[in-house]
Amino acid sequence: MLAFIARRLFATVPVMAVVALFVFLLLHLSPGDPATVIAGDYASPADIARIRAQLGLDQPLYIQFTTWVGQLLHGDLGVSIFSNLPVTQLIQQRIEPTLALALFTLTLSILVAVPLGVLAAWKAGSWIDRLVMAFSVLGFSTPVFVLGYGLIYIFSLKLGLFPVQGFTSISDGLWPFIHRLILPSLTLSAIFIALFARITRASVLDILEEDYIRTARAKGLTNRTVLMRHALRNAAVPIVTVIGIGFALLIGGVVVTESVFNIPGLGRLTVDAVLRRDYPVIQGIILVFSATYVLVNLIIDILYVVLDPRIRY
Amino acid sequence: MTPKLDNRVSDARNSGTRRSFLYLIHRNMSVSLGAGLLIFIGLTALFAPLLFTVDPTTLNPIARLRAPSREVWFGSDMYGRDIYSRTVYGCQVSLMVGLSVATLSVGIGLVIGLVAGYLRWLDAIVMRIMDGIMAIPGILLAIALLALAGASLGTVILAITVPEIPRVVRLVRGVVLGIREEPYIEAAISLGTRTPKLLVRHVLPNIVAPLIVQGTYVCASAIILEAILSFLGAGIPPETPSWGNIMAEGRTYFQIAPWIIFFPGLYLAITVLGVNVLGDGLRDTLDPRLARRF
Repeated sequence: MLAFIARRLFATVPVMAVVALFVFLLLHLSPGDPATVIAGDYASPADIARIRAQLGLDQPLYIQFTTWVGQLLHGDLGVSIFSNLPVTQLIQQRIEPTLALALFTLTLSILVAVPLGVLAAWKAGSWIDRLVMAFSVLGFSTPVFVLGYGLIYIFSLKLGLFPVQGFTSISDGLWPFIHRLILPSLTLSAIFIALFARITRASVLDILEEDYIRTARAKGLTNRTVLMRHALRNAAVPIVTVIGIGFALLIGGVVVTESVFNIPGLGRLTVDAVLRRDYPVIQGIILVFSATYVLVNLIIDILYVVLDPRIRY
Repeated sequence: MTPKLDNRVSDARNSGTRRSFLYLIHRNMSVSLGAGLLIFIGLTALFAPLLFTVDPTTLNPIARLRAPSREVWFGSDMYGRDIYSRTVYGCQVSLMVGLSVATLSVGIGLVIGLVAGYLRWLDAIVMRIMDGIMAIPGILLAIALLALAGASLGTVILAITVPEIPRVVRLVRGVVLGIREEPYIEAAISLGTRTPKLLVRHVLPNIVAPLIVQGTYVCASAIILEAILSFLGAGIPPETPSWGNIMAEGRTYFQIAPWIIFFPGLYLAITVLGVNVLGDGLRDTLDPRLARRF
């Protein structure tokens, strides 16, 4: 087990190296001089020279890369051009809303989608099954912002049940915090409910054909026990895999949802950074998100072995 | 495996032809439903100037923020521009982006995937690079590329294509790895078939079906991604009426003029639904092995 974790951990190194190289080259292979790009359209030659020296752009490329990676490994993501604050500090300030939205959405999606998927598989071919599948196609196809504005229109503007936009920190009380998170999470979870329900249905359907399910039924177990103890537990591996894949979708969705609901999270930070051409911030956010993605998938790979002892590496 | 399969075959036979006939209809229904929705959007894009539209960029300050009515079907925006005309012209942008990204990423991904799947020594390097690109969330990658290259229709298409390529490469490589051990490939090699011919004549036909299906999904996600990028202000230049741009402009006025966001959003949802339903139908028809799993 420990050897497996170590090996798996080691396998993330090349992936992160490619990501780092890509993010680095993003700025340096761009047409024109990075210092000019960073300085913006209205910079004087003196500004450009200052930025060039500040970023060490007068050094050879490989030295720049090794210095940059060295700083990264020390947790230094550089300094924002716009606000002159360290990128790590900017990210720390914005992480709470994003984390809250992401976790809330994931929990909500799993709680709704897994029972729906099991039900659809159990009643395969029935109208319940068709309804779940039809909803899942709709969920896939409705763009996040369309659903978001639709929900705001109905539940905030017409019914007045939820605040229109914004975010309240958890330190200001649990209820205001949850109250403002409900609509954004509902919006974002549609696509995940669709995805998870489909996968759950497919894998439970596969499992239900197994011999041991017939055995379980033959020995007189109730439907509930067969489904919960035998089918769902064995269907867990593909479901967990998809949650890992869905994590990339989640990050993209967070960026949009935060824009629609005016939530001051990492997504807003990204959009603002792009509009201001604040490259160190863009680079930092991409690195942090990609590292999180790699980490989540690492944890999921380890979870496999826990969930399914038959899997040996 | 075999006894299970036999069971299923006899089950299907016993249940009579009615059931399999219904299945066939259902299968073709999603193909025709998806194709129908897309044909509608496609014709709208093609004949945009003839569909009672006005110039989508004409400003008309007197008719600002009109609600949808008999005269202005979808209402007007804060500059008095006709939302119906803008939405109809937006079809052109979305379809262009969707089709171009699907073609480009499938084409590039196919070549890289074939080569990686067939040439062992290249495989490890190529796949590490693909893993790396896949670890970067697609939206962020596209945003970053656009921030550097500047936004135009061409750069938006390229920026969306790059994050889609690894998914195609993985698919193609997986299929190639699966079939390179097949006896008929061995036979072809022992008959002296050269590698390029082998790839095109014997390997490629196996990939066509899953590639078409993957292509539709790429198309759907490209259309959504373009709308998102424009909505965030990082996509197609704001003068062009793309659905994302129209919705971005409607953000500030959402509480008093929700139609500015509603109609392009509706068209976007219809288009993506059409592509997805078509993709599902094609997957069930072209690749029955996959159909069983979903």
